[in-house]
Amino acid sequence: MVELLVEMTGISKSFPGVHALEDARFELLPGEVHALVGENGAGKSTLMKILAGIYKRDAGVIRVKGADVEIPSPHAAQQLGISIIHQELNLMNHLTVAQNIFIGREPRRGFLLDERALNTKARDLFAQLHIKLDPRKRVGQLAVAQQQMVEIAKALSFSSDVLIMDEPTAALTDVEIDELFRIIRQLRERGVGIVHISHRLEELKQISDRVTVMRDGRFIDTVLTADASVESIINMMVGRTVYESTPEVPERPDPTVVLEVRNLQRGRVVRDVSFQLRRGEILGMSGLVGAGRTEVARAIVGADRIDSGEIYIHGKRVVIHAPTDAVRNGIAYLSEDRKRYGLTLGMDVETNIALASFRKFANAIGWVRVARTRASALEYVKSLAIKTPSISQRVKNLSGGNQQKVVIAKWLTADTEILIFDEPTRGIDVGAKSEIYRLLNDLAQQGKSIIMISSELPEILRMSHRIVVMCEGRIAGELSAADATQEKIMTFATQREAVAAA
Amino acid sequence: MQTTTTPSQSRLQSLVKGDSLQRFLALGALVILLLFFSVISPAFRTTQNYIDVLVATAVNGALAIGVTFVIITGGIDLSIGTGMTFCSVVMGMIVVQGGMPLWIGILGALAAGALMGAVNGILVAKLKLPPFIATLGMMNVARGLAQILSDVKPIYFDAHPEFYDTFMGKPIFGIPNVVFIMFGAGILASIVLTRTILGRYTFALGSNEEATRLSGVNVDAWKIVVYATTGLFAGLGGILIAARMTSAQPSVGVGYELDAIAAAVIGGTSLSGGEGSIVGTIIGAFIISTLTIGLSIIGVPDQWKLVITGLVIIGAVWLDILRRRSRG
Repeated sequence: MVELLVEMTGISKSFPGVHALEDARFELLPGEVHALVGENGAGKSTLMKILAGIYKRDAGVIRVKGADVEIPSPHAAQQLGISIIHQELNLMNHLTVAQNIFIGREPRRGFLLDERALNTKARDLFAQLHIKLDPRKRVGQLAVAQQQMVEIAKALSFSSDVLIMDEPTAALTDVEIDELFRIIRQLRERGVGIVHISHRLEELKQISDRVTVMRDGRFIDTVLTADASVESIINMMVGRTVYESTPEVPERPDPTVVLEVRNLQRGRVVRDVSFQLRRGEILGMSGLVGAGRTEVARAIVGADRIDSGEIYIHGKRVVIHAPTDAVRNGIAYLSEDRKRYGLTLGMDVETNIALASFRKFANAIGWVRVARTRASALEYVKSLAIKTPSISQRVKNLSGGNQQKVVIAKWLTADTEILIFDEPTRGIDVGAKSEIYRLLNDLAQQGKSIIMISSELPEILRMSHRIVVMCEGRIAGELSAADATQEKIMTFATQREAVAAA
Repeated sequence: MQTTTTPSQSRLQSLVKGDSLQRFLALGALVILLLFFSVISPAFRTTQNYIDVLVATAVNGALAIGVTFVIITGGIDLSIGTGMTFCSVVMGMIVVQGGMPLWIGILGALAAGALMGAVNGILVAKLKLPPFIATLGMMNVARGLAQILSDVKPIYFDAHPEFYDTFMGKPIFGIPNVVFIMFGAGILASIVLTRTILGRYTFALGSNEEATRLSGVNVDAWKIVVYATTGLFAGLGGILIAARMTSAQPSVGVGYELDAIAAAVIGGTSLSGGEGSIVGTIIGAFIISTLTIGLSIIGVPDQWKLVITGLVIIGAVWLDILRRRSRG
């Protein structure tokens, strides 16, 4: 019997207001890729953060290579040969790529740091991993996908025995994902034990040997990947049979043009973008990471200043200099980084839901009608099934999926006609995803107009009445639901400068 | 070894963008100020006056160099002004009342400064007090201790003429040694900030403290070291000001911290952390003394000097924010 690399038993952990883990269990063999899945709030990240020394467990035993251990800090975990690729980026933006990767392990010459050796070390690492990065570039100046690669390179530079990856592919393109998988297979051959936390079940079928399912902070089961179907895994995750509803057959939406964008221009990120949005329509915006979709959305709502271009609502020209103008004109934007841009994490659910609509909730002298904010919040907690002990719960204690629902509730409260959803189901489990899809369809049926930015092709194909594909700041193509296929979208998305000629 | 750009090419690139630009701007502003005052005032453009400007910058420069470290980590230190006074009193106690040699007094002042800084660091890192509050409290503690130790009376170094001679003596071009000491301290600080682990962690803490912690760095311990470093320079400031006045004056010091912070900020150190340089800070300190002395010489009343200096600080920070916004 091969000795277990990691064995966690009876792990419990509570945070104020939530029992994150209850008698949770996990084991890892050397040379295996072990997927860890579960709905949001199931406890997978928490369990792994305990292993990585970021959190301290309340109860339970951890064994690494057969010996009982305590892991009181990230440093201790590193000493034990455990490293982690975080879900959220944990980088120092003012420092360079090389400085970030080797922080705490800088090569020195006597008292002084040896910057040249540092950069050489970084280049050697990149050569080994076939990654193209400039070690001297400031991390703050890199695109998100490249920043994610820095995180990955950093974790891999520790030559650990245990590598934990928490949603590593979220910000990566397919090319980079293939690279990452190649690296993973290499590591597996070397005997490294890899924990892969992800919501992308199809991906996990490709790369993992075993799958552990968690639910509500508890261990459900560990199965061989080969033996388990995606459907059975989902069943275990959700505890009930969830069948993916068949793709919507969108009815011919109302031809009334609600929003028209003409010749939007912002530097090199938004280049001569024009499109229309009709009432009751879900317009999918597809494209590779970095194609400019978020930038277009931010330009429309005034979060960024545009160089030129016009926006028309119901045929009338509107001038939008700031998000307050956008909201006043009935446009809401749900950003892809909900923690940073969508929520005030330190405040409660009730306040967050009311945040865009205080004008409605306050009387003439600015007094807030608490009865109304409370009633409104309770209504949405119920209708969106937001899992929270109460509306006074601090939003930062909720799971990702429920945080997203709070953001949606906020904008529903603001009752805008136009809603721009940027990656609405990122980091959200299957169960909550279907709820959000249903919600989007309901909103469209009610007559709201929706732009849905997404990098998940199945999602775009399933939900959109029409699809607009962006590439390098331009609109590369437009497809109706009937004509659209994944291949056609990808063709447009990768067309680069060829499109400019057309 | 694969390289993506040649070293000389990238150095040029980094000179044109980023921090260096702010430094050039600050340097440019300083040059313009000097030219301005020199042109419109014959009294300003005397050699003695330029030397006065240099000397006036020495004490503030030492404090500003020290506070740069803490500001880069995203913190602040309001206690360096009264801390400076406290250290000069400690030196006075050791040398004048204790009868010990001068160099022990110097070491004592530096140690007292570092100790005070370490206490600030412990308050911030371990007790998790906001730096503003922690150092505000220590500012008062230091002031009180200085008065207690000295019995609210100045301590005179008259019996130790070698003190004044060493620091204010003028072997080179008639420029007192304090000026060279300040520049020397600046060079040392710059090396530490850019080429040592302490400097690297100072920037890392300011850029993203949580990421630094998750990377396995003992964030609490290093924060204490950074604050102690700032305190060390407050100690240096105490020595220099005692030399200039040949006495330790317990009532002096309040307000010095603001000039030091202003110098750092004008020189490009960002109050939100992660950015800053010693060169910039020194330039900022010179801008403040040039402005103060220049306005004085051309007869601007004190009250107006304050207003103008305040506006300059606001302008410098605003320019910095604009530049940051356009880059980011």
